[in-house]
Amino acid sequence: MFSVIQFPGSNDDRDTRFAMRSVLGAPCELVWHKDSELPPETRAVLLPGGFSYGDYLRCGAMARFSPVMAAVRRFADRGGLVLGICNGFQVLCEAGLLPGALLRNRELHFVCDFVHVRVERAKAPFTSRARERQVLTLPVKHGEGAYHVRPEELARLEAAGQILLRYCDASGRSSPGSNPNGSVGDVAGVCNERGNVFGLMPHPEHAVEKELGGEDGIVLLGSLLDAVKAGSFAAGA
Amino acid sequence: MVRPTPVVDLDLAREHGLSDDEWERILGILGRAPTFPELGIFSVMWSEHCSYKSSRCHLKTLPTSAEHVLQGPGENAGAVAIGDGLAVIFKIESHNHPSFVEPRQGAATGVGGILRDIFTMGARPIASLDSLRFGPIEDPRHRHLLRGVVDGIGGYGNAVGVATVGGEVSFHPCYRGNILVNAFNVGIVEADRIFLAKAGGVGNPVIYVGSKTGRDGIHGASLLASAEFDDPTESKRPTVQVGDPFTEKCLIEACLEAMRTDAIIGIQDMGAAGLTCSSFEMASRAGTGIEMDLDRVPQRERNMTPYELLLSESQERMLLVARAGEEGRVREIFERWDLDVAVVGRVTGDGRMKVRWHGETVVDIPVDPVAESAPMYDRPRREPGDLRIRQRLETTSIAPEDDPQAALEALLDSPNLGSKAWVYRQYDQLVQGNTVLAPGGDAALVRIKREDGTPTRKALALAVDCNSRWCWIDPYGGTIAAVAEAARNVACTGARPLAVTNCLNFGNPEKPEIMWQLAEAIRGLGDACRALGTPVISGNVSLYNETAGQPIHPTPTIAMVGLLEPWERFAVSHFPEAGLDVVLLGETRDEIGGSEWLALRRGIEAGLPPRVDLDAELRLERLLADAVARGLVRSAHDVSDGGFAVALAECSFTGPAGLCVGARVELPGGLRPEVVLFGESTGRVITTTRDPRALVALARELGVPARRIGETGGDSLHVEREGGGELLHASVAALRSVWSRALPRRMED
Repeated sequence: MFSVIQFPGSNDDRDTRFAMRSVLGAPCELVWHKDSELPPETRAVLLPGGFSYGDYLRCGAMARFSPVMAAVRRFADRGGLVLGICNGFQVLCEAGLLPGALLRNRELHFVCDFVHVRVERAKAPFTSRARERQVLTLPVKHGEGAYHVRPEELARLEAAGQILLRYCDASGRSSPGSNPNGSVGDVAGVCNERGNVFGLMPHPEHAVEKELGGEDGIVLLGSLLDAVKAGSFAAGA
Repeated sequence: MVRPTPVVDLDLAREHGLSDDEWERILGILGRAPTFPELGIFSVMWSEHCSYKSSRCHLKTLPTSAEHVLQGPGENAGAVAIGDGLAVIFKIESHNHPSFVEPRQGAATGVGGILRDIFTMGARPIASLDSLRFGPIEDPRHRHLLRGVVDGIGGYGNAVGVATVGGEVSFHPCYRGNILVNAFNVGIVEADRIFLAKAGGVGNPVIYVGSKTGRDGIHGASLLASAEFDDPTESKRPTVQVGDPFTEKCLIEACLEAMRTDAIIGIQDMGAAGLTCSSFEMASRAGTGIEMDLDRVPQRERNMTPYELLLSESQERMLLVARAGEEGRVREIFERWDLDVAVVGRVTGDGRMKVRWHGETVVDIPVDPVAESAPMYDRPRREPGDLRIRQRLETTSIAPEDDPQAALEALLDSPNLGSKAWVYRQYDQLVQGNTVLAPGGDAALVRIKREDGTPTRKALALAVDCNSRWCWIDPYGGTIAAVAEAARNVACTGARPLAVTNCLNFGNPEKPEIMWQLAEAIRGLGDACRALGTPVISGNVSLYNETAGQPIHPTPTIAMVGLLEPWERFAVSHFPEAGLDVVLLGETRDEIGGSEWLALRRGIEAGLPPRVDLDAELRLERLLADAVARGLVRSAHDVSDGGFAVALAECSFTGPAGLCVGARVELPGGLRPEVVLFGESTGRVITTTRDPRALVALARELGVPARRIGETGGDSLHVEREGGGELLHASVAALRSVWSRALPRRMED
């Protein structure tokens, strides 16, 4: 079962459940932030987009202290698959489950638009349905999505193959105009060293129906489903 | 700090915005002088904002019912049945005055307020639109206001998780002293689960939920929204409320959860005039009374007085009446969402509002005379002395357009016609995962899901429109044109227009010329809605949009909601590909009065605006619905501001990023080039099709003029006259570049 964490202020929780359940046909439930344990049948955790606890302090800064996050951390430590989308990515960075931080967008305001991202490594459990260097079209919608790490850390992430997605143009090339928020190294999505925790700013759950944003999001969410089915990351139990 | 209670007399009543006559009426109702809190209650309940005292006698003439209308004006919002047991709830409301004083919070709380009107009815809000009007963009203050308003709408709407899917933004010097911020929202509810704001059942508990009450927004409704701006507006900043979208989001979820139980009898948001207005309205609608202990109200600040508690407009608060004995269940739900919840009173059967403060009665007044017997004025009306001058236009004295390419570029570069992506890119257009057509086209299209997440085959088409220059020249005709355009925009997607909500923004109604404009606009609204079969199900009136004696143009903003089913058959507004036939529906008449071209290229804002033939509009709507359903039409785009040339340009470059599709078309001769290219004759739509013969035949059958004028393809636009002679030749990429830079290049400072 997929568990979507519902923080107060989560907005894309129901959309994420819709994508997993109605589009991909996978069992999926919302899990309340005050719960101190994940449901025992949890095979992967999704942290959805939104403004957890209002994000009045720093995006994701409050959510990391919620009871359920302790359970998510234990789940991740055991090798369980965790996917953080947008605010979920911010929460994972704040919680130290992913490297780096997300800062205010370069243009200092919220941006909602469809962007292109290039799959940098297709062997990860979150990208297995993609081809190497495949360009996906996904929406972004955030005010604080500029990924930041120090240059030496960026080089280390690069070398370790932790950068899974980069902003690019339609042909797959990076250009100043193809980076919507000023992320260092055009990073759109990054995983941890072990490869079981992944965060990204674009929203795969809003690109799962042909006439409603396209279907490229299925590539990423479907990869996660495949990984759970294969059981290669059978944590939780 | 304890402040002394002031002496309540006529002078104090005047300070509260009440007239001498209204003071006498209060004395008559009570048989004594009111207490200080009572005076506060009368002043807000009888304010223009809450009582509609100047507009009510005219609003009564509007068509408000139809078979599909479940709830017309009078509740928090209107409701329309859309089949399969579902209903839509929608409304538009102004937040003009607060947004001018403090743009970010003013606009944010405007969004928050309209959302509460929707979920109060039991509906989940699914989409917002905004109609925004500013002074000249060259004025740094108005760039600041635009930035603040957009930031406020985005900051609230994005955080609360409701997609902003469309709207309009325009600029005119008449809004220099009064900007307009009109916020629309629509929600979905099971038709048999609509909640009303009624305090039913004697003995039932009255429960306060949401944020704590503070001192913000006191007299927002009576003093800020119901008077002209005069001295520096900074002094009114304390009357503007502060929004908290996080609390609102929790409130939405908790209220919808509570309403799924059978514990809730009635529910009302605390908007304008806060606790006072909500409790009076709930009791009045149910024919009951309420007794309340103010000291039980959750308070954010210490030492608040009864007067302040009754009049505070603190945001994100709701008042609900629950079934007796269900208090615990209600409490449990709201506490789970970490919201304040307190039983503050009971429903009574004596028709009185009794308010106690630490045991002492501070308010004891009959409900109905306050809520229902508010003053109603049939204010004097007079046609403006210069109206005939505005309407006159000697077309022969206007220099013809000798450089159509330059004119088209100038129009596309103008703040009014240029791309609004700078604005809507700051809004989450996608949350809830239902946005089929996002901002930038004629209407937004939003697929409907049930509350349990099951998608339906229904979608709503949403549009908001008003050409206020036309309404200034001809308030009756201009309002009809606004309704017709909103309906046409909805119809362009293939949807059938269902019903209207409206926001009437005008100057000071105590001036006969303004009152005449308002009455004429309402007359036009009624006539248009009757003819198009789209009743007015909710709305809002914003008067006193006037500073230093300068009123805004009459601006009756019209929001139209249409239904498309099955939604998978829809038309886009841009040219989807090359090789399609272009068919123009409707007729181009010799009309240039009131046009953007005339204003921009000749500096003239005069001349009767284009005529609207409502029967022809109705036939056009039916044709579009039919043709889209049969798959005959690939794209449909309405010809409006800027005329045919601007519409054609928009068709060529507003597709998904980077898509540019040119066209070669031929138009009939006879009319002057600026009329053919830039005239704004109504009832016209540029369509594309693979089967022009069938489309033209269907149009003929349904009584709509239609002609194949050319085909899509190439990377430029060619417009020629039949029989030869080039009218226009321009590169699509070049036009797109001018159009897309129109706002960003002006906002970079």
